Amino acid sequence: MASRLTQSNRTGWLMALPGVALIATFIILPFFLAFAFSLTNQRLASPNPTEYVGFANYSDLLGLAIFTLEPERDDAGQVLRDEDGAIEYPRLRNFTRNNPDFPHLQGKREWFGWQSGEDRVVVLASDVVFMKALVNTFFFVAVVAPVQAGLALVLALLINQRLRAINVFRAIYFMPVVVSIVVVSLLWQFIYSPGNGLLNNILDWFSFGLIAPRDWLGDTGTALPSIMAMSIWQGVGFHMVIWLSGLQTISPTLYEAAHIEGASKWQTFRFITWPGLRNTAVLIIIVITMQAFALFAQIDVMTGGGPLDSTQVLVFQAVERGYQRQDISGGSTISVLLFLIVLTISLIQRYLTREKH
Amino acid sequence: MKNATPLLARGAALAALLAASASVAHAQTELSLWYHGAGSANAEEALVNQLVEEFNASQSDWTVVIETFPQLAYNDAVGAAALAGELPDILDVDGPVMPNWAWAGYMQPLGIDEALLADYLPGTIGRWGGEIYSVGLWDAAVAMTTRRSTLEAYGIRIPTLDEPWTGQEFTSALMTIRDSGDFEFPLDLGMAWRGEWYPYAFSPLLQSFGGDIIDRSTYQTADGVLNGDAAIAFGEWWQMLFEENLAPGTSQDAADRDVGLLNGTYAISWNGNWAALPVVEAFGDDALFLPAPDFGNGPTIGGASWQFGVSATSEHPEGARAFIEFALQDRWFAAFSDGTGLIPPTSSAAADTANYAPGGPLEVFYGLSEAQALVRPVTPGYIVQARIFEGALADIANGADVIDALDAAVDDIEDDIQANNGYGH
Repeated sequence: MASRLTQSNRTGWLMALPGVALIATFIILPFFLAFAFSLTNQRLASPNPTEYVGFANYSDLLGLAIFTLEPERDDAGQVLRDEDGAIEYPRLRNFTRNNPDFPHLQGKREWFGWQSGEDRVVVLASDVVFMKALVNTFFFVAVVAPVQAGLALVLALLINQRLRAINVFRAIYFMPVVVSIVVVSLLWQFIYSPGNGLLNNILDWFSFGLIAPRDWLGDTGTALPSIMAMSIWQGVGFHMVIWLSGLQTISPTLYEAAHIEGASKWQTFRFITWPGLRNTAVLIIIVITMQAFALFAQIDVMTGGGPLDSTQVLVFQAVERGYQRQDISGGSTISVLLFLIVLTISLIQRYLTREKH
Repeated sequence: MKNATPLLARGAALAALLAASASVAHAQTELSLWYHGAGSANAEEALVNQLVEEFNASQSDWTVVIETFPQLAYNDAVGAAALAGELPDILDVDGPVMPNWAWAGYMQPLGIDEALLADYLPGTIGRWGGEIYSVGLWDAAVAMTTRRSTLEAYGIRIPTLDEPWTGQEFTSALMTIRDSGDFEFPLDLGMAWRGEWYPYAFSPLLQSFGGDIIDRSTYQTADGVLNGDAAIAFGEWWQMLFEENLAPGTSQDAADRDVGLLNGTYAISWNGNWAALPVVEAFGDDALFLPAPDFGNGPTIGGASWQFGVSATSEHPEGARAFIEFALQDRWFAAFSDGTGLIPPTSSAAADTANYAPGGPLEVFYGLSEAQALVRPVTPGYIVQARIFEGALADIANGADVIDALDAAVDDIEDDIQANNGYGH
């Protein structure tokens, strides 16, 4: 193998050279630079010298602590309550800001908490926004990857028929993929517009005014699901085409045989189509997962990470830090973490979908 | 492949020929100028080109060559050029960004005679470290834009520069308009314009409460300033605006922002003078441009717009200076103001303009700029602080706990200052 690759294939290497050179310059080299920057305090523009800081950037992002807040008590030891009867606690900031008794809490903020008897337990994070972005990104991938892949398969099955003008449907489903994601995001912003947006109008009309207009992108509960729906719609055509190519590699003789044997539609799908799509499925799941982790443009155009960080995601945070806040080292650190996450998940997916012999 | 070689050779010969002719034609020294206004909607780009042409024709030592960028890409282009050591001689810089560029070593002091700038509007002069680095041919101002008939219909007093609305008066006016049900919202703050608009338009309201983005005496801390009692009062008032449906929130449609006042969706719009001419055209004498309300610490608006400066790497700062001095003439101020609707920096230039002359439709903005303008925090960290401030205001508008949001912003700002070793103050 090695000899054939290196010796008798000079033209091949020559033709690969421009591509390899570009990938090396713009993808491989920046990746190593990002890893190097994540160990320093590199700024975008600064007269201060860059210094090696070890893994400080990582601990600034990933630091967690659990802390139990005890209620305020009066001199007799009674728990103090405000006029609504809620237990009063000391302000968390008294412990997290320059408090020599709690050095491990320095600079941390409340991520979430719960009630435990009279005490309040809070989980503190060094970087709450990053933690929210991490959770949102995983949630986004967990929903988008299966739904988009499934929907794309349904569409592919639907258009894999000999009908008149089937190419028109193929073109229609594929169209959102060709339009720039920024344009799509702007259009969907109008669709989701509060009050008189298209979606609100349609819901109002179909429900005879029962469904009140919502502020889709301005509500913490609906903002991320709204972006998910739009992302699935935008990306589904691309994966439909990949499914379609997979479908068309399955030999028609198998279907004929199944037909003669009297297999039902479901049996045909279960025992011929699905096994025939195995490699396509592996490819699609891995590609969608990677694309979903790279979510950025929709967030940037439609919500900017708001409201209340409910649509913060990792890539948006990496760009926000690296460029808007001029903290290249912080942005690089997020990129490296994202790389490790995607790599791990891809390896797991590869392992789970391996050929078993 | 056969044809490629002669073609390449011919190309190289042509390039050499061009280079030779260029060096003959320009015995003068070339100066490069970068400008942010490519594709601007109004006459700005054409006027800058005319300015360059007339400067080139007016003397024989220098030839300014202009290159324009779209505004959104401009700051990134300058950053990249600085890293690559390819900065132009003359830079165009947004006022609040200038200290960052000066600190990062992109710019050098202008070295212009300060007496020349004596009667300029305060927002048009960019200072850092005791030196003037940049000067603007115009300033911008923000006003409460509305109609006389609207205010009169609800019995609301029309405020003046000497006697602006008090905070309480303003809030109750908004409540009155809201309760009438005639408008979707009484006040349009422009929440759709994310980015620099937030600190530019809203930090003056915070300052009027007595707070600020950062402690301007040291520029090292925001504690007690951005989260002190005054700032918390501002934050609670800010949150009330959205809770009480007095203003549309962060999900406001950009199109509504642009036309909401004109088509009667909103009663009052907090907007800049660049958006004033359509209002005058639509409402004529009925249009009103009112000063910012006074929340106790005096009424304030943001100052400073785009300005000219000299790059640190320029080999001919005297040429760059000559160009900037050439631009600092009343006739240019008037031309830019007439072409773009922006505020001329001197009162003598204002008298020559169509809009800012005594009795002109936008005259009031000159008074606003002169009386109320306060530049944004003059520190290299401003560009980061602006983003943090923007995030905090958006969060508070969306219902975050006011004190927590302001505390978090203070912590973020201080972390950033520390990470930058105090930003050279």
